[in-house]
Amino acid sequence: MSNISIQAAVDKTLKRRYARERRFRAYGLAAVLVGLVFLVAFFANIVSNGVSAFRQTEIVLPVVVSAADVDPKGDRSRESLEGGDYDIVIRDSLARLFLDVKTRVDKRAVGELVSAESSFLLRERVLEDPDLIGEQIELRVPASANIDMLIKGNVDPSLDESQRTVSDRQIRWVDELKSLNRIYTRFNTALFVNGDSRDPELAGIRGAFMGSVYMLLVTVLLAFPVGVAAAVYLEEFAPRNRWTDLIEVNINNLAAVPSIVYGLLGLAVFINWMALPRSAPLVGGLVLALMTLPVVIIAARAAIKSVPPSIREAALGLGASQVQTVFQHVVPLALPGILTGTIIGMARALGETAPLLMIGMVAFIVDIPGGPLEPATALPVQVYLWADSPERAFVERTSAAIIVLLGFLLLMNLAAVLLRRRFERSW
Amino acid sequence: MQPLTLIIIAALSGSALYYVGSRRALSMVDHRKRLSSLPGYYGVYSLLWVVIPVLMVLLFWSILSTRVIEFRMNQMLPAEVIEQAAGNASLALNEIRNVASGVAVTDDPAVRELADRYNSLKATASRLLTGFVFALIAAGATFSIWRIGPKFAARHSVERFVRALLFVASSIAVLTTVGIVASVLVEATRFFGTVPVTEFLFGLEWSPQTAIRADQVGGSGTFGAVPLFAGTLLITAIAMLIATPVGLMTAVYLSEYAPESFRSVAKPLLEVLAGIPTVVYGFFAALTVAPILREIGSAVGLTVASESALAAGLVMGIMIIPLISSLSDDALTAVPRTMKDGSLALGATRSETIRQVLLPAALPGIVGGILLAMSRAIGETMIVVMAAGLSANLTANPFEAVTTVTVQIVTLLIGDQEFDSAKTLAAFALGLLLFLVTLGLNVIGLRVVRKYREQYE
Repeated sequence: MSNISIQAAVDKTLKRRYARERRFRAYGLAAVLVGLVFLVAFFANIVSNGVSAFRQTEIVLPVVVSAADVDPKGDRSRESLEGGDYDIVIRDSLARLFLDVKTRVDKRAVGELVSAESSFLLRERVLEDPDLIGEQIELRVPASANIDMLIKGNVDPSLDESQRTVSDRQIRWVDELKSLNRIYTRFNTALFVNGDSRDPELAGIRGAFMGSVYMLLVTVLLAFPVGVAAAVYLEEFAPRNRWTDLIEVNINNLAAVPSIVYGLLGLAVFINWMALPRSAPLVGGLVLALMTLPVVIIAARAAIKSVPPSIREAALGLGASQVQTVFQHVVPLALPGILTGTIIGMARALGETAPLLMIGMVAFIVDIPGGPLEPATALPVQVYLWADSPERAFVERTSAAIIVLLGFLLLMNLAAVLLRRRFERSW
Repeated sequence: MQPLTLIIIAALSGSALYYVGSRRALSMVDHRKRLSSLPGYYGVYSLLWVVIPVLMVLLFWSILSTRVIEFRMNQMLPAEVIEQAAGNASLALNEIRNVASGVAVTDDPAVRELADRYNSLKATASRLLTGFVFALIAAGATFSIWRIGPKFAARHSVERFVRALLFVASSIAVLTTVGIVASVLVEATRFFGTVPVTEFLFGLEWSPQTAIRADQVGGSGTFGAVPLFAGTLLITAIAMLIATPVGLMTAVYLSEYAPESFRSVAKPLLEVLAGIPTVVYGFFAALTVAPILREIGSAVGLTVASESALAAGLVMGIMIIPLISSLSDDALTAVPRTMKDGSLALGATRSETIRQVLLPAALPGIVGGILLAMSRAIGETMIVVMAAGLSANLTANPFEAVTTVTVQIVTLLIGDQEFDSAKTLAAFALGLLLFLVTLGLNVIGLRVVRKYREQYE
């Protein structure tokens, strides 16, 4: 065949081949965009759902602290004040604001405007300062979750009354409060200082956060030294034999074992066999330490391996022992890499949920844990628990908890990146 | 004394001994004798002899003491106390423990007395421990100080200890595997004692509700796990159907086509997908993706359950994209450049080179990566717990709710349960199966990936 006819044959198919080339390239771009679009949609969704949870609606109530309700015995003793009916006081103060509240049913409906916590707030104020009895005070109370949702625009007033959580009258009352300048939103401190609660307007992430902190503390205290020691042994001391091979195969496989299996291990070994307390961050930390150990070991080994042999030879040549060489020269030089790996492992541990469900860290716990042995939940578990709650207000709070969780993960990963940038050296 | 106090005492006496040991070593130096190690090593030697035995005793103590005490209490429990607690000895013991610690009060003098006895047992145990720890500290101190002399090579002893410690640390990985296998296997064998293996593996019906008390009316529980396997496979298949092409094409595009500026932005962004906690994916799947799918379904006339396999599989697929793309990327870059250049030089377009040269050459590595990703999908828990549902349907319809092995493990084990019931033990049988399957996939996947990498190196 002559050159010309080959050229013709190629030319004939060339157009099709180029079209195919362009198509293939477009598929690739589309694949990348699928991931990126999902990422954007995901973050937009979480942020738009959750950002409103950082503000909470409050109502300023003019409260007349009537002696008859608050001080049933009339002697202003602590005991008497503690037995007072503060609910009534709050409801009466609300009722006084509106002209159309007369019956008991009306009063109950108007009482639903504010959080159940209001009477406790009043009680605390009065117990602190009994001179308030008989006075009129301005009390700032959180609005109930439903009203909070209404103010934030998550309740559609155009729906039929039976389809929404706020009645027509309540909407009217809220409008009146607005015109009186008695209702407004401010930064939601409760979200950050309270423990869990059944009432969305009172629920906070402090308890879960402290649980996560204690857990990560246990995890890092165990996983870091043990992981580094194991990596040092495998890289610097281990003889090549069956046992070392077994350890290596094991570490690689453990890194890929589903996390829920670690939960089963924790339940069977730590709780049933060792009789450690259920729901305790200590047990959670132990389980997560076992889970992150392979990550730390693999990262530490890579970091140790990257220290050039000349360093070791120099130290050994000057008469240092092998242990001295490793701990005075190799490990300090590998430390940035080791720390980077550890932080990434910790970030993974912070986001882990499934094994914690196994060891009882899903309980509804109001108190903020004061130590690693007290019952607690963790941030991701709190997300799981709130996600199960049907109230609209909890959707908002779940998203807020997710934002906080992602914020911490971002910080940790950023720290790892900065650490790597700052201390990484090429030999 | 509290264990924590004892640890502090041991640490304090350890640091004192460090000082004493190094001073003693120094005091032996004169113009004729030289020390064989630096004085600090003698100090550390003494410190270790004081601290390490105490720590080990405390470790064993914390595991053993409560069990010994409870064993003794169980022997002492009179029949009528057990009877009051509905015939359950562990419940009775729990009550006694609560009374003893002051959490609960009781009117029953028998329980009160037992609680006192429990407290006195604990006090005796604590006194014993304190005495023992002090004896250990004294013995360690005396021995180590006696050993210190100019000829004694303290550094060698300390370094031997350090090496032993390192070895123990590296063995923990093996111990973890042993722990996983042992704990899961033991409980699973107990489960297979009540439910035959064949029924578990081949039974078509899964309803694990067992009666809590013997006289209660209720299901006796059927443990046929096939619906769970089917559900797991369905969701995994959906996830892989999304993740494999998208992940692979992402790797191809980023390594072969994308300009450097685009790659340096897109790659870390896609890595973010791998860092998002699974519980967050679960929330997104349940609250955003599932309703959207349902609306789309009703728009085209399909009924999509609110907890559908599709929603869970879809989101799981997105989660796995970075894993597949980074493993495929590794496999693609491991193909020697000469092969690619040869193909291009013969006039093939880039896509032809990728499809006919690079991908076939990288195939083993890619397949290994897919196996690893599958094991991730099978073991993934939170997404399916939150988005896939609980009902054990035996169906291949992705619009229906299915349940998976991991979901059932979670639901069987959440909440307080009697640890001996078939229901709880079933979770461990499922766990055993999950462990074996994922282990198999991992071992094969890792081997394929590694072997292939060696081939081109």
